[in-house]
Amino acid sequence: MAPPKKNSAAVATYGDHEVIQPENKLRKVVSVKPLPPGEDPVARAEKALADLSTEFSSWMDSECERLDQARRSIAAGGFTAASKDALFHAAHDIKGEAATFGFPLVALAADSLCRLIEHTPDVTRIPVKLVDQHVDAVRAIHREYSRSDAKELAATLTKRLRAVTDEFLMHENRGRPDVLAQIKGPSIVPE
Amino acid sequence: MVRIEFNRLRFLVIDDNAHMRRMLRTLLHGFGAREVHEAEDGAAGLEAFTHHTPDIVITDWAMPIFDGLELTQMIRQPGANSNPYVAIIMLTGHSEKKRVVSARDAGVTEFLAKPISAKGLYQRIVNVVANPRPFIKTKTYFGPDRRRNVNPNYVGTERRKGGKADIIKQAPLFEKVRSQG
Repeated sequence: MAPPKKNSAAVATYGDHEVIQPENKLRKVVSVKPLPPGEDPVARAEKALADLSTEFSSWMDSECERLDQARRSIAAGGFTAASKDALFHAAHDIKGEAATFGFPLVALAADSLCRLIEHTPDVTRIPVKLVDQHVDAVRAIHREYSRSDAKELAATLTKRLRAVTDEFLMHENRGRPDVLAQIKGPSIVPE
Repeated sequence: MVRIEFNRLRFLVIDDNAHMRRMLRTLLHGFGAREVHEAEDGAAGLEAFTHHTPDIVITDWAMPIFDGLELTQMIRQPGANSNPYVAIIMLTGHSEKKRVVSARDAGVTEFLAKPISAKGLYQRIVNVVANPRPFIKTKTYFGPDRRRNVNPNYVGTERRKGGKADIIKQAPLFEKVRSQG
């Protein structure tokens, strides 16, 4: 184990807070020397990721399988804290990874499932059929990704899922205006 | 353009998803990093943080045992570990306003929404290295200054008025390097 390092910091004290300027230990790694011609760390990382991309399809398969298992667990034993978490995490991972894996259309259906789970106050009220429809949609969009009309099919499927989910969430949260605002609110994170 | 010597930085990647860890490792090595440590949940992440003393922590939000938000709060404990000022980049699929504010208030340095890209990750790393923000300590918060810029429309008491505010204002790191060189 590395020995603990002490931090030296300049502190300015105000009425109800302190402003601390920690020692900048990362100064050593910054240089203003220009990069050598042809040297582009971002392009190099993108190429490394592209080299890895031959594995993405099988990774997506395993993520879809994980989502299907979580769905089966709920179908067999209903929603529990553990089964809800497993379903949410599986959908959430697909939402976050699908675009990087080359399947951005899959992320939209997974996102709808995340919203359904996250914004329903009592998850035991979520119709299992609606969960099934989401999981089936995620798997179908991935499976049929090479079809020429995949984009249109995915858009139609996702739009319908989102509409049904929104209707359910509006009803379940009808007395919670703050949650309704959150459900409707856009992302504030820049690309 | 600021040039970062990635081979001199030590990273800790904490994510319960093995695919995401592999992608992050690939990107970091692509940038030129050599030392990349991994942990698969918040508890293992905290242990790895203590053991490896990373320069930059990249953590997922949703994880078993305790999540990225709780991990951040544990790291941001003055006196509790060797480097409560460490740069923390929160990587997550959550991008709603409420979530972003929660991450900010836990003491996260930068927020990166999935899907990740080489450019997005690179920019966050450059920002934490070249433009470190001062830390603020109040009764209820310890973490990077949440004021990223001056709001000309701010109405209310200025709590950092006077010469002291000028003293703590930090010039971008590359300016310092340039003046020294």
